[in-house]
Amino acid sequence: MYIYDEFDRTLVAERVAEFRDQVGRRISGELTEDEFKPLRLMNGVYLQLHAYMLRIAIPYGTLSSRQLRMLAHVGRRYDRNYGHFTTRQNIQFNWIKLEDLPDAMADLASAGLHGMQTSGNCVRNITTDQWSGVAPDEIEDARIWAELLRQHTTLHPEFSFLPRKFKIAVTAAAQDRAAVKVHDIGLRLHRNGAGETGFEVLVGGGLGRTPFIAKSIRPFLPKRDVLSYVEAILRVYNQFARRDNLYKSRIKILVHDLGAEAFAREVEAEWQHIKDGPLALDPAVVAEIAARFRYPEYARLDDDPPELTQLRKADRRFDAWLCNAVTNHKVPGYAIVTLSLKPEGGAPGDATSDQMDAIADLADRYSFGEIRVGHDQNLAFPHVAQRDLPELWRALDAVGVATPNVGLVSDIIACPGLDYCSLANARAIPVAQELTRRFRDLDLARDLGRLHINISGCINACGHHHVGHIGILGVEKNGEEFYQITLAGRADERAELGTLLGPAVPYAKVADVVEEVVAAYVELRERPNETFIETVKRIGVEPFKERVYATH
Amino acid sequence: MPLIKNGRVVADRYVHVLDDAPPPDGIPVIIPAARFLADAAEILHHDASVGVAWPNDRRVAELAPYLDRLALVALVFPTFKDGRAYSQARLLRERYGFRGELRATGQILRDQFMFLVRAGFDVLDVAKPGDVDAFPSALKRYTVFYQAAGEGRTSAARLRLARSSVPITRGPEFATSSELGASLAGRVSR
Repeated sequence: MYIYDEFDRTLVAERVAEFRDQVGRRISGELTEDEFKPLRLMNGVYLQLHAYMLRIAIPYGTLSSRQLRMLAHVGRRYDRNYGHFTTRQNIQFNWIKLEDLPDAMADLASAGLHGMQTSGNCVRNITTDQWSGVAPDEIEDARIWAELLRQHTTLHPEFSFLPRKFKIAVTAAAQDRAAVKVHDIGLRLHRNGAGETGFEVLVGGGLGRTPFIAKSIRPFLPKRDVLSYVEAILRVYNQFARRDNLYKSRIKILVHDLGAEAFAREVEAEWQHIKDGPLALDPAVVAEIAARFRYPEYARLDDDPPELTQLRKADRRFDAWLCNAVTNHKVPGYAIVTLSLKPEGGAPGDATSDQMDAIADLADRYSFGEIRVGHDQNLAFPHVAQRDLPELWRALDAVGVATPNVGLVSDIIACPGLDYCSLANARAIPVAQELTRRFRDLDLARDLGRLHINISGCINACGHHHVGHIGILGVEKNGEEFYQITLAGRADERAELGTLLGPAVPYAKVADVVEEVVAAYVELRERPNETFIETVKRIGVEPFKERVYATH
Repeated sequence: MPLIKNGRVVADRYVHVLDDAPPPDGIPVIIPAARFLADAAEILHHDASVGVAWPNDRRVAELAPYLDRLALVALVFPTFKDGRAYSQARLLRERYGFRGELRATGQILRDQFMFLVRAGFDVLDVAKPGDVDAFPSALKRYTVFYQAAGEGRTSAARLRLARSSVPITRGPEFATSSELGASLAGRVSR
């Protein structure tokens, strides 16, 4: 956990006071909606189809049980008893009233929560691996760097009115769980030949209507330089990116137009001026931030305690859950447990206030009071003693968050779509719900192995459809919802954009087509453990296309 | 539009010289960038203060050779959402050491006052007269700043180190910060 001090608390409280004043001026009419818009956006308040929507930042996806209870309270008191976890480690409340917003913000602030960096053309909530600090394959805790960057970019005097939103992700593990290659800046902490740790810097990744995989502009950046280098990138972006066209103003377009090398030269030239200035990180500053990340006092325990092995043999459901929801921990005898927010027929990422309260209680009992939020729209308990797994499993099952589908076909990522969002062209949640019903057979799901379905209700790609193993994009044709299907995208360290399967299909056919694609995979795979993306990579989309469009 | 300097409304001493007419004798002038660059030597002989109105899509490095002879640079925010001039302001103050009046023009609204002052502006050409009274409270809205900028406030990171009396191994955050702080606190433009 990152422990707030008086500086963090004061800033958040001052933010609430400012926002209360701005809402007051909007209600009195002193501010027009046009003038109010960017101000509310800087606090995570959107105007959606039916109501204002409040998005709360969960920096690097780490929550305390107290904070999760506060989110439950906000859902209960000001919304309709639930919240929606997003693909950027945030949570959204969809039905909040303008006049309630300042009080809701004040309640959130009392638990160190706020809406800064969740909207507007600023540096957005900085995301990382949801398993930071506990993943066996990480070289250090990426959250320390995310927190340094968070502080540096919060209410930044130069970069609060950028051409467009700006997303930064950090990973420090061999396996990239933060999707750094589809971010405006991706920072990959790694060890160079000399054994020093530093960052590979990637820029210009992104999805939306013009998807790009990020380009590497610096293979190794010493850690002391991370703030100055990010500042240099932002300064080049702020001055030279297009502002005449909303769709061409992300950094990916600037990097593409200039070319990665020319862009890197601009950054390098700017950086030379500032690298040895005040932004060069003082080790004491890093140490001060690192010291405020608290780790539990783990007990000395052994891996694979007998109670676990016994129940695995006795209960297939437990075994299935253990196989996909439980992951290795860096400390012996402990495990990371993913809580599936993807029950059959549910809206991906939704949790009710009662569930949040129950999860907070369980986190206190089994996870040292800590919860993580992942970009897969699931939650995780980062510090669970393996011997507690049987008990925890029963408790999570009772709360409805132990569906054994983590990483499988029904663990679907979806944006809110046309049910909520004013930008959407098509529904996303009902498509996800229908697919979870089609793939309810967990034996089949296990047999299929890793298969990620991502659904976006419009080209803005909040559901990251380009990088889904099966990507589904909702479009509008003559007033009707149609869906484009792409295959074999991926967001990890080997990130790639999916390939279009063929013409878009109508709403009523989407689930059939996806089933057909999956059935084709089962027939076409070379061996039972050849994954979906491996098969598509080997034979291309053509065999899938033939089969799907022959039937439909 | 009212000009705010150090929290007070001040009269604009400058005249904008837009066409090819010669700058009026003895009166401070603001010259458009293109005209200034075309005829800098001549214009800098003007017998009163010279300022330049600089567009937000031109590198301020071009202005660097003249800065010590300029009394004012006016940067522009065509809308408050277009934040290019924040970068220009910081470069002028922090890289090129410009000490004269740095004026923010265009859609200058109270909710941006703090950002503008932190980026190095000392005079704000305020778009809504009603926003003038909000200046003192806007600048007092925040007492904690996570990052150092050229205007001289200390970042939370530094304050933390000072509090925990961990030895500070680097120098002050910006060499020019106290001077700029002083300039904000009441210098009159020349």
